[in-house]
Amino acid sequence: MPGDVSAFDLVLSGDPGLYAIVRLSLLVSLSAVLFAALIGVPAGALLALTRFRGREAVIVVLNAMMGLPPVVVGLAIFLLLSRSGPLGSWGLLFTPQAMVIAQTVLVAPIIAALTRQTIEDLWVEYREELAAMNIGPARRVATLVWDARFSLVTALLAGFGRAAAEVGAIIVVGGNIEGFTRTMTTAIALETSKGDLPLAIGLGIVLISIVILINALAWGARRAGERYAG
Amino acid sequence: MLVEARILAGEVAILDGLSLTFSAGPPTVLIGPNGAGKTTLLRAAMGLLPLTSGRVTWGGREQAAPDRRAILFQRPAMLRRSAAGNVRYALAAAGVPRAQRAARIEELLALVGLEKFAARPARRLSGGEQQRLALARALARNPALLLLDEPAASLDPAATKAIEDIVRAVAARGVKVVMSTHDLGQAKRLAGDVVLLHRGRLLEHTPAAQFFAQPRTQEARKFIAGELLV
Amino acid sequence: MLNRRSLIAAVALGLAAIAPATAQEKSIVVSSTTSTQDSGLFGHILPLFKAKTGIEVKVLSQGTGQALDTGRRGDADVVFVHAKAQEEKFVADGFGVKRFPVMYNDFVLIGPKSDPAGIKGMKDVGAALKQIMAKQASFISRGDKSGTHSAELNLWKAAGIDIEKDKGAWYKSIGQGMGAALNTASAGNAYVLADRATWISFKNRGDLAIAVEGDKRLFNQYGVMLVNPAKHANVKKDYGQAFIDWLVSDEGQKAIASYKINGEQLFYTNAKDPSA
Repeated sequence: MPGDVSAFDLVLSGDPGLYAIVRLSLLVSLSAVLFAALIGVPAGALLALTRFRGREAVIVVLNAMMGLPPVVVGLAIFLLLSRSGPLGSWGLLFTPQAMVIAQTVLVAPIIAALTRQTIEDLWVEYREELAAMNIGPARRVATLVWDARFSLVTALLAGFGRAAAEVGAIIVVGGNIEGFTRTMTTAIALETSKGDLPLAIGLGIVLISIVILINALAWGARRAGERYAG
Repeated sequence: MLVEARILAGEVAILDGLSLTFSAGPPTVLIGPNGAGKTTLLRAAMGLLPLTSGRVTWGGREQAAPDRRAILFQRPAMLRRSAAGNVRYALAAAGVPRAQRAARIEELLALVGLEKFAARPARRLSGGEQQRLALARALARNPALLLLDEPAASLDPAATKAIEDIVRAVAARGVKVVMSTHDLGQAKRLAGDVVLLHRGRLLEHTPAAQFFAQPRTQEARKFIAGELLV
Repeated sequence: MLNRRSLIAAVALGLAAIAPATAQEKSIVVSSTTSTQDSGLFGHILPLFKAKTGIEVKVLSQGTGQALDTGRRGDADVVFVHAKAQEEKFVADGFGVKRFPVMYNDFVLIGPKSDPAGIKGMKDVGAALKQIMAKQASFISRGDKSGTHSAELNLWKAAGIDIEKDKGAWYKSIGQGMGAALNTASAGNAYVLADRATWISFKNRGDLAIAVEGDKRLFNQYGVMLVNPAKHANVKKDYGQAFIDWLVSDEGQKAIASYKINGEQLFYTNAKDPSA
């Protein structure tokens, strides 16, 4: 995009390039959160409800993985998906799918760790009640996840925040290809390197606004839901 | 129902070689000072506690039929659902066919006087309403034996009366009620027979009228006089 | 909000996002350098190429070292960089099929307007570098194994300086791209070697200006190579070769030569020069 117009002009003029970037950013990060939730919520719930040797160690490692360096995750996924890597035949490197995979790896531990904490707290409260109702293990997990759903929204938001903000992983596995794998954050990195700081800042403000908007929507949904279900 | 139980917590006996038979008829009320073992006995009868030795038998058979028992905890946990949702959950857990649930929900909520609050989040109900909802949830299991742990503790007189009325109505339908209480007045009002527990031992099990008129043991006399504190 | 139906819908949406991967598209991946991408050249010539052939070119902009490595791993179809010796080695090692010279641009030595090393206007870049070292004036090196970085190292060597041995606190290797190096130089009033294209389109100049230009040793040759399909069967050799053929054709060369910023031509074509 031309550098001598500000990001606000781009937004106001409905620049299709910018919208494509925003759209891809959201698609990648939201897909990653979705897949990470499908992995992280059951895994976190299972970890909350089972007792086994080494469980404490797993929890410590999981909590630590909340802070995985994106660039390291990006590099690991890069090596996996590279044509010279074990999954090279999938041909996914430098595609949005690769970016979804990398962000899923980043986000899943966050969702799993926060889910574990939430479910464990609720389990303390529900434990006897469910035992008295003779609830089996599978149904127990389902009940706790369902009843904790509004708290779990917070876990999903934390995951989304992480995904939307990171650049290290997706720039490595996506390649920042214009019109194909360029997102808000990689575009910001690029504009910064081109010295177009006003445009980079403008894009940053657009990104932050979108993140705030999504958080506000989720917050509203959570409040409405709590009003409905207590 | 026969409970012969010995439960040790480490070296300390919570229930000490206690043997007790609950027979059909009006409510059996467990009384005794704090730490006497009332709650432990109720949980053991529900099958929620592993016995150190002894057994709980039901109608002469070794294994109690679990779906014929239900328990109301002193501080019941409210599922994060509507009042109707809480009852629906208990009905589903008890294996009530989907098609019958709506009618049963209506019936049970009416029984505990919560029909107006069907759609309200359970956690937004008052303490007395929550207790009644938990009672409806327990009754959803269609129990032959209903165990109540201090069902009216910390409720105001009106809420207490509401609970007692429900207990009477349930007992009149032929459900065997076994309940613990701190409230001697409540014991007098509801009990068919009284069980006095003290330090994990059964001191007295006599018809209510006899218990209050001519207590057999020294401890019973002191308890009725309000002097048996521990 | 989170009922079963909306969950299924969300999963379906997520899968839909994944779906395009399976669709066979007429596209190639070209690993190239940040300087080519940042200059805006691709934005100028790729639409022309696509209009003619229907082939979409996805450009990875990386340092030359990384771009060659991407080709070596088989993650790109075409490599388009500027480091002749490394390119020839790439072909000699069997990773590339054949190297085609395409064009050149030139490097410029950038420095603060106050010119603490006193080199402004010098015609001999070697003498200028010697003076920077003598005056201990701040110098920013890319330090990222890029084409520009290796060009810089060659210039020090040509000036008779063993920079590995002689560098001091004045010489800062930042391990980042051209833009980042310029940003750093601008912030710290340092000298830096940049390709002209990036310099012209660079916005955050601050107090920087061209100090030395025009020395023949500052010329920067670009070459393009198809990644060897014998090494990596996934290489789209027909599309990739079509792109290379177009770049070196009269039409492609004209497109490159016609790219201007602020009326300045950035790249000079020389596909016909076998020694380039």
